[in-house]
Amino acid sequence: MHYINKMDIVAALEKRILVLDGAMGTMIQNSLLEEADFRGDRFMDHPCALKGNNDLLSITKPELIKNIHLAYLEAGADIIETNTFSSTSIGMADYQMEALAYELNFESAKIGKEAVLIYNEKTPDQPRFVAGSIGPTNKTASMSPDVNDPGYRAIDFDTLVAAYTEQVAGLIDGGADVLLVETIFDTLNAKAALYAIHELKTQQQLDIPIMVSGTITDASGRTLSGQTVEAFKISLSHIPILSIGFNCALGADQLFPYVKRLSEKSDIYVSAHPNAGLPNAFGAYDQSPEEMKALIETYLQNQVVNIIGGCCGTTPEHIRLIAAVAKGMPPRIPQITEYV
Amino acid sequence: MSKARKPLQLSGLEPLIITAQTNFVNVGERTNVTGSRKFLRLIQQNNFDEAVEIARDQVIGGAQIIDVNMDEGMIDGVQAMTHFLNLIAAEPDIAKVPVMIDSSKWEIIEAGLKVVQGKAVVNSISLKEGEANFIHQATTIKKYGAAVIVMAFDEAGQADSLERRIEICARSYAILVEQVHFAPEDIIFDPNIFPVATGMEEHRRNALDFFEATQWIRENLPHASVSGGVSNVSFSFRGNNTVREAMHASFLYHAIQHGMNMGIVNPTLLEVYDEVPKDLMERVEDVLLDRRADATERLLDFAENVISQKKEGKKQDDAWRKEDLKSRITHALIKGIDAFIEADTEEARLIANRPIEVIEGPLMDGMNVVGDLFGEGKMFLPQVVKSARVMKKAVAYLQPFIEAEKNQGAQYAGKILMATVKGDVHDIGKNIVSVVLACNNYEIVDLGVMVPPELIIQRALEEQVDVIGLSGLITPSLDEMVYLAKELDRQNINIPVLIGGATTSKAHTAVKIAPVSKAPVIHVNDASRAVGVVSNLLQEENKAAYTLKIREEYELFKEKFLARTTAKEYLSYEAARQNPFPIAWDDFESVVPQQLGAHTLEDFPLAELVPYIDWTPFFRSWDLHGKYPEILKDAVLGEQATVLFSDAQAMLHSIIAEKWLQAKARFGIFPANAVGDDIEIYKDHQKKEVCARWLTLRQQLKKSKGQPNMALADFIAPKSSGKADYMGAFCVSTGFGTAEKANAFEKANDDYSSIMVKALADRLAEAFAEYLHLKVRTEYWGYAPQESLSTDELIQESYKGIRPAPGYPACPDHLEKRTLWELLQVEETIGVQLTESLAMWPAAAVSGYYFAHPEARYFGLGKIKEDQLEAYSKRRNIPLEEARKWLNPNLVDS
Repeated sequence: MHYINKMDIVAALEKRILVLDGAMGTMIQNSLLEEADFRGDRFMDHPCALKGNNDLLSITKPELIKNIHLAYLEAGADIIETNTFSSTSIGMADYQMEALAYELNFESAKIGKEAVLIYNEKTPDQPRFVAGSIGPTNKTASMSPDVNDPGYRAIDFDTLVAAYTEQVAGLIDGGADVLLVETIFDTLNAKAALYAIHELKTQQQLDIPIMVSGTITDASGRTLSGQTVEAFKISLSHIPILSIGFNCALGADQLFPYVKRLSEKSDIYVSAHPNAGLPNAFGAYDQSPEEMKALIETYLQNQVVNIIGGCCGTTPEHIRLIAAVAKGMPPRIPQITEYV
Repeated sequence: MSKARKPLQLSGLEPLIITAQTNFVNVGERTNVTGSRKFLRLIQQNNFDEAVEIARDQVIGGAQIIDVNMDEGMIDGVQAMTHFLNLIAAEPDIAKVPVMIDSSKWEIIEAGLKVVQGKAVVNSISLKEGEANFIHQATTIKKYGAAVIVMAFDEAGQADSLERRIEICARSYAILVEQVHFAPEDIIFDPNIFPVATGMEEHRRNALDFFEATQWIRENLPHASVSGGVSNVSFSFRGNNTVREAMHASFLYHAIQHGMNMGIVNPTLLEVYDEVPKDLMERVEDVLLDRRADATERLLDFAENVISQKKEGKKQDDAWRKEDLKSRITHALIKGIDAFIEADTEEARLIANRPIEVIEGPLMDGMNVVGDLFGEGKMFLPQVVKSARVMKKAVAYLQPFIEAEKNQGAQYAGKILMATVKGDVHDIGKNIVSVVLACNNYEIVDLGVMVPPELIIQRALEEQVDVIGLSGLITPSLDEMVYLAKELDRQNINIPVLIGGATTSKAHTAVKIAPVSKAPVIHVNDASRAVGVVSNLLQEENKAAYTLKIREEYELFKEKFLARTTAKEYLSYEAARQNPFPIAWDDFESVVPQQLGAHTLEDFPLAELVPYIDWTPFFRSWDLHGKYPEILKDAVLGEQATVLFSDAQAMLHSIIAEKWLQAKARFGIFPANAVGDDIEIYKDHQKKEVCARWLTLRQQLKKSKGQPNMALADFIAPKSSGKADYMGAFCVSTGFGTAEKANAFEKANDDYSSIMVKALADRLAEAFAEYLHLKVRTEYWGYAPQESLSTDELIQESYKGIRPAPGYPACPDHLEKRTLWELLQVEETIGVQLTESLAMWPAAAVSGYYFAHPEARYFGLGKIKEDQLEAYSKRRNIPLEEARKWLNPNLVDS
């Protein structure tokens, strides 16, 4: 069995700000892969198109994924995220690959772990960690996709729990040190993920730390499912978690006020991994590493985060500058300064 | 209170943080079917749109949490809770507040927890069923993420003293915090608010004990909150809102002082503390704080001054006899007292110009008061039926005088034909609706049960009725109703039709019956609603508009319903068969029955069945919805339920002592094996001769992963396994003698007793089924010889094995009864017959199968597809269209 020690990451968080890696999808896009690359030999005859199924590359192009991890570790990331954002039977249904869910998670975690072990030897005084990335799936449990039928749900809690259980089992077996439930746009989906994690932890008697990270979709300051920052936090307070935070959808400057509010109301560690600005007209992100670094400095000066990184559009260069500015800055002290 | 108190944090779309500084959090209670008749009605009518509006009104009105409760026997609680919470989740101005998921049924609570994204409150759990259950529920709630209300209730019962409250709360807290590791700030205690000023010595400290328990909890159980339902305290003063409002204001004031920080208060029944007159407040607080020995007497005296128009008359039993004649008649009707009614009627006749005026005047006036009180939810069904008994006595007394005058008879508001349709024998509900309508001055033409459609139409024309009421309990009756509506339409008879009975629904009426008829067809499943519907139908000026409104409503409902049904996904029959309930037969050895073959019990002693009676459905048949025995102490229904229960006990005594009814049973256990979805029954162990073949139906709704598509055949070892297995079948009846007794009561103008005897016969039949099942498990088959369960556990079906009944959700195919009758020779041995629609006669009868496998469970078949119907018609060897007729209610797109 591999080695998980919750205390290692807590000890690190007490001392310093940890840096999370940047975007996986952006790096894969930059590799300009074709359908055949996604298929590899194994899925040559798969009945539907596979281009765009980034998570599959952990099986068909493991070296590419490992190299992306290594690039972020080289840039200074303390925590790398596995290539498993969509690796549930629900997410894989689009590619008719539901049965692959466990294997995808297992292989991705294994690749992440290999990369981390290399750097744990290189920089023993800076321990690195693999976070199993758990995305929101492409369905919402507390909203109807049909405006004319508000009571309808495309997915239910039990189905989500079953899918997340499979994903988490793969991540744990493959060697993840931490689980990161991220890009939460519907809190009920996240509650199902936490339920699944809790059940597995109890069964296997594991104490693997959990990070959660929600998504504030726009200037309303609410999640897609309508919750405010505070309601979101309260709704996920029933299971012990290592950290809570926000990621995606907004750039560092738009996200800052919400992270600040969360920080004031949380007695656990706080994380943020914003996008490299807002997408341009072509859906691409063009905030430069220097621009983003300057915005992140505000987070650090205000001591609102313990874990900082990047989401869509960020690259190893972004992370290198963020890691540099985080170094030596005092970490946030996890305490509640006000309830209401 | 400790300064370091951790706040209770809840959330909807927005946070609700209850800190030491928060004064009091008000929980909205109107979205609760047990507390709001309106909400109950809306849910029963599937009118979720309006039900959502009630939730919205509450939040606008200031509710900081909304309590949602769907605990009602006729409602699918899991489905209703899920659907309602899903709907309000889509309304940001409602969903902003946290939800309180309120149920006494664990599966409903869990269903609620699965659909709320915020942090809700579960209402409630307790040690009532023991520690193991309590720990399991708390652990599960923690996984979903919710706060919890803990009732001061344990294995020995509800806490009714300060010491018991403290003992139970302390124990519950210790278990939650130390064993379950439940966050202490997420624990909310409900230390039981009980009525004061009841006149009982042991209730004197009820309020004080609550206050002191609250204070003790807040001082000794760190971070926990205290909640309660305030209106219970003033239960003795129902009808006297001035006193109630004062009492609530004072109670709340003191409870908050002692640390209660949330609760349910009806804002319309709450006075501002300072605005209560000093003298009233003094007397109220004497009671609440138990300050004087004569506090209750003094408040009662004072209360009578406060209220002028409505006399509660607790102490003054005969005082009403001193009032004027009109008031006496009204009082007798409201209270259902028939002792003086003939004398009073005679007195009225002597002053009246004509005897008919007594009916049209004082009697009808009195019944109008009864009708109003019933409509407002201030009287309950058993009371109304008793009122009708008094009314009938008075009318019967006047009848000879009226006839002597050769009068045309009373002027009725309208004439209603009532009938239970062809093939169906169930009439309790129909009789209740008849009584309620009669109370409201409608003339009833009751054609009884099993009435052929031709006769209904003929009599409707002869009698020139204004409305036809159709009732039915079994599913084939639905088709009879459709047929009748078609016939009326074909013959151009434009009489409105009311549809009622347990198997009917607004959906079926809107989708299947209303469209075939030009005349209005309205579903009425609630006796109290019948009056409103009929009066709307008969008012000339309103009729057209009302009919149009109903028509539009049903059209809309139909469209929505059809849209909804198509959204479900179904498997092919073949695919469903590939996904049966998994049982590892290789590891299973069926217990060889002690006594194979069929047996008869004749004239079984009724007294032995009494302990097996499940009383909850008895109250439901009288429209009193709540669980027995709690219903006897219910704040709203308790008094009526207690009276009804004692009447029932008295009649039950006569039934047994005077042998009114006869109980008979026929049952058998046989070797059996499953072959596909069939179950073959063999004559003996050799399995050479197949003496019966059950045809089971398989669920086809697409299930989530790992969930089987069940058929009853899954619980019997397949023939291919080579394993020996067994199953049983039975029919019991306690109905012999019921019809005679009921008719005698009806002749004596006593509908109350007529309905009562039928309701009791039904309960005895169910009890007999329960008893016989127990004997089969422990003796005749003997697969569970060690079983020892309490009545409650029996009712909750905690035992191994099931006894599903043909015509019910697991096996809706009524034709199976014919197989059962043949196999057991039911009619020849005990005389229970089947009607053409396959209802059993006498009506108080139960038949079904026995399955013994420990994994066997009840389930609902749900809808099946055309492919299974075709396969079924071949298996049954009947034409496809005949198969369609029998399984119609279970076909997709029907």
